[in-house]
Amino acid sequence: MTDFLLELRCEEIPARMQAGARADLEKLFRQQLGEAGVAVGEVTVWSTPRRLALIGRELPEATEAVREETKGPRTSAPPQALEGFLRKTGLTQDRLEDRDGVWFAVVEKPGRAVRDVLAEAIPAIVRAFPWPKSMRWGAASLSTGSLRWVRPLSGIVAIFGEELVEFEIDGVASGYTTLGHRFHCPGAITIGSAADYREKLRACHVIVDHEERQDLIREGARKAAAEAGLALVEDEGLVIENAGLTEWPVPLLGRFDEAFLEVPPEVIQLTARVNQKYFVCTPLPLGGGPVDGNPSLADTPTPGPSRKREGNLANAFVCTANIEATDGGAAIVDGNRKVLAARLSDARFFWDQDRKTKLEDHAKKLERITFHEKLGTVADKVERVAKLARWLVEEGIVGGADASPNATVSLPGGEGPGEGPAPSQATPNTLTQPSPSRGRAELADLAERAARLCKADLVTEMVGEFPELQGLMGGYYARAEGLPAEVADAIRDHYKPVGQGDIVPTAPVTVAVSLADKLDTLVAFFLVQERPTGSKDPFALRRAGIALAALILTNGLRVPLAPTVMQAMFGVLGPMYRGEVFSTVAEITPTLQRIDDPALAAAVFDKILPKRSLPDDPNAPVPVIQRDRENAATLVEIIGFVLDRLKVQQREAGVRHDLIDAVFALGGEDDLVRLLARVRALQAFIGTEDGANLHAGYKRAANILKKEEWKGVEGEIARTGEEDPLAVVDDPDLAPVIAAKMELKHRKELSYTPEPAESALIAALDSAEPEAAAAIEAEDFERAMRALASLRAPIDRFFDEVTVNDEDPNKRAARLDLLARFRDAVRAVADFSRIEG
Amino acid sequence: MRAAMSRDPSRSFQDMILTLHDYWSANGCLILQPYDMRMGAGTFHTATTLRALGPEPWNAAFVQPCRRPTDGRYGENPNRLQHYYQYQVILKPSPPDLQDIYLKSLELIGIDPRLHDIRFVEDDWESPTLGAWGLGWEVWCDGMEVTQFTYFQQMGGFDCKPVSGELTYGLERLAMYIQGKDNVFELDFNGQGVTYGDVFLENERQMSKWNFEVADTDALFDLFAKAEAECRNCLANDIPIAAYEQAVEASHLFNLLQARGVISVQERASYMARVRDLARGSCEAYMAKEADRWAAEYAGWTA
Repeated sequence: MTDFLLELRCEEIPARMQAGARADLEKLFRQQLGEAGVAVGEVTVWSTPRRLALIGRELPEATEAVREETKGPRTSAPPQALEGFLRKTGLTQDRLEDRDGVWFAVVEKPGRAVRDVLAEAIPAIVRAFPWPKSMRWGAASLSTGSLRWVRPLSGIVAIFGEELVEFEIDGVASGYTTLGHRFHCPGAITIGSAADYREKLRACHVIVDHEERQDLIREGARKAAAEAGLALVEDEGLVIENAGLTEWPVPLLGRFDEAFLEVPPEVIQLTARVNQKYFVCTPLPLGGGPVDGNPSLADTPTPGPSRKREGNLANAFVCTANIEATDGGAAIVDGNRKVLAARLSDARFFWDQDRKTKLEDHAKKLERITFHEKLGTVADKVERVAKLARWLVEEGIVGGADASPNATVSLPGGEGPGEGPAPSQATPNTLTQPSPSRGRAELADLAERAARLCKADLVTEMVGEFPELQGLMGGYYARAEGLPAEVADAIRDHYKPVGQGDIVPTAPVTVAVSLADKLDTLVAFFLVQERPTGSKDPFALRRAGIALAALILTNGLRVPLAPTVMQAMFGVLGPMYRGEVFSTVAEITPTLQRIDDPALAAAVFDKILPKRSLPDDPNAPVPVIQRDRENAATLVEIIGFVLDRLKVQQREAGVRHDLIDAVFALGGEDDLVRLLARVRALQAFIGTEDGANLHAGYKRAANILKKEEWKGVEGEIARTGEEDPLAVVDDPDLAPVIAAKMELKHRKELSYTPEPAESALIAALDSAEPEAAAAIEAEDFERAMRALASLRAPIDRFFDEVTVNDEDPNKRAARLDLLARFRDAVRAVADFSRIEG
Repeated sequence: MRAAMSRDPSRSFQDMILTLHDYWSANGCLILQPYDMRMGAGTFHTATTLRALGPEPWNAAFVQPCRRPTDGRYGENPNRLQHYYQYQVILKPSPPDLQDIYLKSLELIGIDPRLHDIRFVEDDWESPTLGAWGLGWEVWCDGMEVTQFTYFQQMGGFDCKPVSGELTYGLERLAMYIQGKDNVFELDFNGQGVTYGDVFLENERQMSKWNFEVADTDALFDLFAKAEAECRNCLANDIPIAAYEQAVEASHLFNLLQARGVISVQERASYMARVRDLARGSCEAYMAKEADRWAAEYAGWTA
């Protein structure tokens, strides 16, 4: 058994690509060797900015011999068949074996030296390497067919045991030599084998094991901070990035002018981290020991409300040099200090400049910023959001007296450290919870005010320089000019949640602004046909959808989606839209939601709207009717989109998407909180033995009914919406007819004596149907499930003991009706046909 | 005249430039002079943009004054200027030891790599205006970006065949570093006490004022339209170099309009697209004009 060493040396590999490259190298190595029949055991992969290294341990010297037999035509077959077989196998006739009148091609593949296999495999790996971005270089790039690599590939070491694995890739030949540290040991190093690679490099100031470098940086940075009497703000992302930028990492601590600490700490940390890749420090906490990292800065695109450490940074940074400098690093620290000072002085300049202007005046400049060419300026958007935020409060959707967060619906996250008492699930929103003295009107005013200012920081210098500080800076500026804390908090947090796992706001003012902002974004882009397609989502609408669902669920907001989305649509469509027509749309929307196909929705509208004989607006760019139809279809689409996002968002919490479908398919349910409560009850039920069996019973009943094409005794009226779109419309003329027929069907006396199992099922249905209906009405979905569970034994027994397809047509009809009734009873709780498994 | 021609790049801004000239000249580069037009970056120089196209080898180095109207600070910021110098080197095809050659130039102007921390940090370059992109790094010296190092992959929408290596040194930054100055206006220009401020401070004040406050925006809009029209006129007459100059002119006028704050975000994208069309059109015309000759001289080469 022999060890193999591969080193691919190139110019500096971007730090962010190294982890992926290591994984890809191992994967491709295992794949290539596996295909050649080499058993690969332990593989170690390392990376530095200048090299990718792989050691494959205990590889065999040679592959096993392989014998392959291929059966050909009969010897008596026409000559063309034989010719074809020879062509296929690439053999001549004398190489074939005649076995009982059938030709066999036997190819013996002798074992191959693994060194030879490697000499073919490595070039193949290099050529196929999936760098996220690759380039051409040098004289060979006269043709675009030249080798591509992440940066110019400059050398290859490939040693099997102690023998060279010889190959050449576009002029780069494998060898025994590599280079040490760029400045400490610029000369060539000869490697003997995998065994001495790591240590020979170490002797030449290269720590090839990235994890070892990470440890050095982590420990070194902590130590540097501790020696200065400070605590490091841990940042694993920075540890990895700095390890990817160095071959010989040396963490060094420097100081900056204390006067810069007047700038918000997030700004300092962001400047240090993003621009300079420095760690920052805090004074030692009273208890000593390390300080937690700032996960909001480290892991999410927007910084969190981490005011806990406000004014609490130390005037120190830790940079990671790549050399052991001859002066111990003094010049390096001094240079880095100057760069940071220049950056911080820019930041301080922005901080000072921005505060000279009130947010209200900044906001005026939003008139000059286009939000989207078809959607006006950011000022227009702000106006819409402000009105919508007010509406959400006035309608009692946000901050309503009865709106208390639903403790049963919890999402990951929850408000992080914020100013004032940390909100908890149990006592939410203590600051701004409406009370007799602080009514809905005041809350509405605050929400509108915050919304009007929430985008103002976009035109500030600081956010121009650090776009990731949007919101946060607005919050600081609002506080600096003495605006109410609720307003400042809402400005700061209204972008949240950004993606899954981000903190979901719970303060009512913030929730109103955030919800309004996301609703408006979603609706506006849908209305101008800018929808996400495939991997493209340039306006981050999927994220907005998820955020919307998270806001609603975390806060237990009882938002009827359809009218709320419609209100947002009305804001975008604004004056060009006729309110009365839109309310027509509103009336029938709950029905429409049962149709998930927008084309079908449009067709429904086509049939309905003309009946209302509305005058057409001659000035409208498109006929009003057509516009109504399109907008209604858009509304249906948006609700479907939010629902899809809900499924994605709930996947993490383990909620099954098919169960969401099963509940949503019932129609009329656009309250996400209630929807989800129902889904959870359903999921719990389906997980029980009763649930699984009932589901099986449902499928069996549905299958029988489908097979028999059972339409009921008098031709059952279509009720699923699949056959005729109009059937689902609650047509006032038709409804009594349907009801009468259904009543008749259920009440009908049987013309024969039912079997005991049959009677039992009827009795069970008689009790379960009203019980389930009442439970659903009371939003007690567990109880509704228990009602369904009571049907399980009777339906099982019915299938065991009763013959549905009886010779007596009366019995057959009655029993099919009974099955249909069972199916419908189950369906009243959830559409079990949508449930998978 | 003084007899000795010794250079002291650690004390003199101009000696630093001359040292780079000597060095790159010795490394096979033509030493060119600045392009005599206002432009935002050395990359706009025809010696970079147009020469990066086609198969012919090309090695050149030059100083290019750059104008970035929005970066002006009326001479009050120690680090920001609306007019500054870039030192450009273009090597086509990129030599295999380009990094080493480059690092040697840093040593010559006074940066000891065993005393200072020199790092290649990923920074891919893209100029939508030029229809160009490349991969490379910003080179850091003790955390300060001192050079942009790029392997051009596309220019004017065409694959670079072969690839050029482009180096852009930020001269003032480097000099501040080497001379140990925190304020650009305190740089010693000639090693004999004439400062960068003596030369440029008043210029920064007046030009910042013009860029931000005075420039007649109607005239700028008008000039933009005229440059655009003239570019098309040149393209129609098959003189792509002249067309390219008008694209550079339009690009700078656009930057001035930006500094005057009269272009909205929405308009901004449309203006950028217009400049891009001019620049790309010029590159395409340049390519079309030369492609046959190149294909004849370089067997197997195609645009």
